[in-house]
Amino acid sequence: MNNQARISKVKIATCSLAGCFGCHTSLLDIDERLFDLLGMVEFDRSPFTDIKHCGPCDIGIVEGGVSNAENARVLREFRDNCKVLVAIGPCAITGNVPALRNNIDLWDCFQEVYLYDPGTEGNQIPNDPELPLPFDKVYPIYEVVKVDYFLNGCPPSPDAIWNFLTDLIEGRKPEIDYKLLRYD
Amino acid sequence: MNKAITIDGKTLPFEDGQTIMDAALTAGVYIPRLCHNPELKPHGSCKLCVVNANGRNVTSCTMPASDGMVVTNNTPELNEDRKALVQMLFVEGNHICPACEASGNCQLQAAGYYLRMESPHFTHFYPPRRVDASHPDIFLDLNRCILCELCVRASRDIDKKNVFGISGRGIDSHLVVNSESGRLGDTNMAVTDKAAHICPTGAILIKRKGYTIPIGKRTFDQKTLSEFHLGQVKQPEPDGE
Amino acid sequence: MPPENFSNIEQQVASLCEAHDCEPHRLLQILIQVQEIYRFIPPEAITSIARHLNLPRVSVEGAAGFYSFLSLEPAGNYRVLFSDNVTDQMVGNQELMRQFCSKLWLEPGKVSEDRLVSAAFTSCTGMCDHGPAALVNGQPLTNLTSDRIDLIADLILGKSPVSNWPSALFEVNDNIRKTGMLLDKPFVSGNAIGAVLARGPDATLAEIKLSRLRGRGGAGYATAEKWTGCRNAPGSMRYIVCNADEGEPGTFKDRVLLNSYADLVFEGMTVGARLLGCAKGLLYLRGEYLFLLEKLEGILKRRREDGLLGHNIFGETGFDFDIEIHVGAGAYICGEESALIESLEGKRGRPRNRPPYPATHGYLDQPTVVNNVETFACAAIIAFRGGKWFGKIGTWQSSGSKILSISGDCARPGIYEYPFGTSVQEILDDCGVDEAYAVQVGGPSGVLISWKELDRRISFEDLPTAGAFTIFKRGRDILQAVRNYADFFAHESCGFCTPCRVGTQLQKKIVDKIANGHGTASDLEELKHLGHLMKTMSHCGLGHTAPNPVLDMLEKFPGAYEQKLRNLSFEPAFDLDAALETARRITGRDDPAAHLP
Repeated sequence: MNNQARISKVKIATCSLAGCFGCHTSLLDIDERLFDLLGMVEFDRSPFTDIKHCGPCDIGIVEGGVSNAENARVLREFRDNCKVLVAIGPCAITGNVPALRNNIDLWDCFQEVYLYDPGTEGNQIPNDPELPLPFDKVYPIYEVVKVDYFLNGCPPSPDAIWNFLTDLIEGRKPEIDYKLLRYD
Repeated sequence: MNKAITIDGKTLPFEDGQTIMDAALTAGVYIPRLCHNPELKPHGSCKLCVVNANGRNVTSCTMPASDGMVVTNNTPELNEDRKALVQMLFVEGNHICPACEASGNCQLQAAGYYLRMESPHFTHFYPPRRVDASHPDIFLDLNRCILCELCVRASRDIDKKNVFGISGRGIDSHLVVNSESGRLGDTNMAVTDKAAHICPTGAILIKRKGYTIPIGKRTFDQKTLSEFHLGQVKQPEPDGE
Repeated sequence: MPPENFSNIEQQVASLCEAHDCEPHRLLQILIQVQEIYRFIPPEAITSIARHLNLPRVSVEGAAGFYSFLSLEPAGNYRVLFSDNVTDQMVGNQELMRQFCSKLWLEPGKVSEDRLVSAAFTSCTGMCDHGPAALVNGQPLTNLTSDRIDLIADLILGKSPVSNWPSALFEVNDNIRKTGMLLDKPFVSGNAIGAVLARGPDATLAEIKLSRLRGRGGAGYATAEKWTGCRNAPGSMRYIVCNADEGEPGTFKDRVLLNSYADLVFEGMTVGARLLGCAKGLLYLRGEYLFLLEKLEGILKRRREDGLLGHNIFGETGFDFDIEIHVGAGAYICGEESALIESLEGKRGRPRNRPPYPATHGYLDQPTVVNNVETFACAAIIAFRGGKWFGKIGTWQSSGSKILSISGDCARPGIYEYPFGTSVQEILDDCGVDEAYAVQVGGPSGVLISWKELDRRISFEDLPTAGAFTIFKRGRDILQAVRNYADFFAHESCGFCTPCRVGTQLQKKIVDKIANGHGTASDLEELKHLGHLMKTMSHCGLGHTAPNPVLDMLEKFPGAYEQKLRNLSFEPAFDLDAALETARRITGRDDPAAHLP
């Protein structure tokens, strides 16, 4: 750990866009190393803090792809505020499972979900402005903003996350060990 | 005197008729590849095995070795270009590793690991592609096809069936099967065919076998693509060719 | 032919296949005829052809799916393909397409509901001196205007057979503006053959060597060397192939050579046949030049009657040689010699792995020489006039003359023959150009030169060219031209190798992005990266040259794209707000949260 990091904690923001929070869960799975992490960093906007908007940060960690307008707004906020932006997990890196809808017509998706599904009541397509409006496709985050680093794995293993984060926090270019590089 | 080439400074003997790839494989020198399999006639389409021979880039699986040839292979520059080719293959299809039965056994994925691909880098095409479940024992998922034509060659040259072919052109090139309906179930393909077991990705899958080996214990959980491919070397005939 | 004949596909296909002796190498020719009859290739026909030719069905489907002029879906009784070369764009082909489509209620690329008509764009049809041009059911429509589009639409609505349309619509002129050693004097058929028989094959090959003739297709391989290699290769048969698949956008000189100098070309092939001991020659005629087929077949027939083809040519016992014409079906890649050979064999036009080279393993795996139309014309002249005479013209490394197809921004587009070594400026002066801004020499696979380079010379050592010479005046949008070329390569990549199949698409997307005002400096770097990958990793010349126009623009025409760039480090490749449009339409929303600025 360098001196600067000891004096002022590294500020980190995290979010999950079109993802499953699995990457966040894996981050929590670093277990007792969480104490070490909290000694080095301070969380800004994150599901862990419930802070709603991202302030200036050193590192932004984004899980999930860009599926709707809300995802894009959050992602832009992260890019604007974070010195270093990390895509974590295959949803952020390739679109992954949410992108399975990319070859289904959006109108067919809406009909299936809101009109035809047996459980639907009222049979109406919702138009509330509170609801995020979907894009015609799901995009990996690097196709929407510039991304500095990628951490693969669905989810990345706790070890991979720990190694990656400690590299970043201590000012090194993260090196991903061959054994920890996984796309699944 | 024996004929020889050098690859990255190492001298390798070869016999007439051998390609650069053959000579390398025989000597245990790894050249990355996806469309080449020593059991089948070389094809030369994936271009991962491009090396520099006497100052010129050539496809090592199809280029005959010639005496004194100086080859560079394992250089950062060539490996960067190879990684870009793997990235191209990732974005032109729909490769969703976490949702694929072949994950862990997939050579495209393993090539990504071997070449340290951290993201597909290019813009994804998300092409609409067909899935064919009409065969009782075999799935065909063209989302994962990388046009290596290993199945085409295996079916033609080993199974003697011509179940597969390529139609379309350019980015619309695609695998077709030998039936008027276009369905695999209407061809004479059998689960025992070589072609059913040669796909380097998850485009051809055997039904009901997907998870008999769990994730974590699969081919590329145990070894690298290099170790796997070097293990594929064809044993020389006892009395030579 | 109307669709009611669909009931007897089996019978029709059977008789077609029999007319071709059920020869698998005639597959492409059979498919072209099936397309003519049904205006597409019905799946039943594919099955039937496969049975008659004893080919796997996948091979027939594979070939049928490869060529642009063959359609696996119904394409209408009238299929109109607008030529989309940059020269067609300069004279308004886009507007004419729009007019045509709106008049006939068509969507580009789709057939009308009544299956009467479809319209789409196609790669350059070789009518750059007659643009805007199009093809209707394979026949060239030239000098299109708004009035002509109205007339054509009316003819289609009136279901008038294309053969009854006014001939003025199909007028094609040679437009020969400047002649030289090849085009100067009328050639007397038989002169070259007579000279070869008098001098003998060895001495004639020595003359060709003395002439220092190099292939006119662009690569410039020494003809004598190529022919000697083929001659010395072991094989039971030898073939001589004339490459008339003139697909390079902006080139049309072979059209003129075949229209008015076909005897010279056929004579050159016959000379080659004598030198190499070939009994059979093949001329691969690009599908766009189908209108020349009848005329060329007539010339071949006359030459047979005159004893210039067939058995005992010129009375020489044992000198047997004949020429067969194969027609292509819309695939630029077939201009690459090994892809051309694959196509001649009835297969997909995929370039082969080399070595072995065609000189030892070509058509049907036999020793084969493939040369450009113009090269054969040169060979005939050399056989007649001698190598020394030929070698005196041009430069030392580039002997003889070059026929250029000149089009674009000039007063007198057409065919110009120049000695090699002529400067671009001299050519521009001749064809009437006031202020040249750029010239695409050799088509998109060649070199894009700027106004600063007009003293450069047409030659293998400076500006090699297969003949295209497309002129852009000051004020032309070079980025639009480069975009056209990037589209062209993406459309024409055969799809065999990864770097070209994917790289040409990625290149096209980035050029589009820049042209649409969303490019950034990082996109320029990405274009260079893709250019490097295509140049160094591709399977054949198409991939190696596909980045040329882009890289030339980046180097020489910064003004063409710099103002279009956004001053950002990154910009998405797609329009985020537009990507919400479908959902806005479905939900009926138009609130601020339903938009992304």
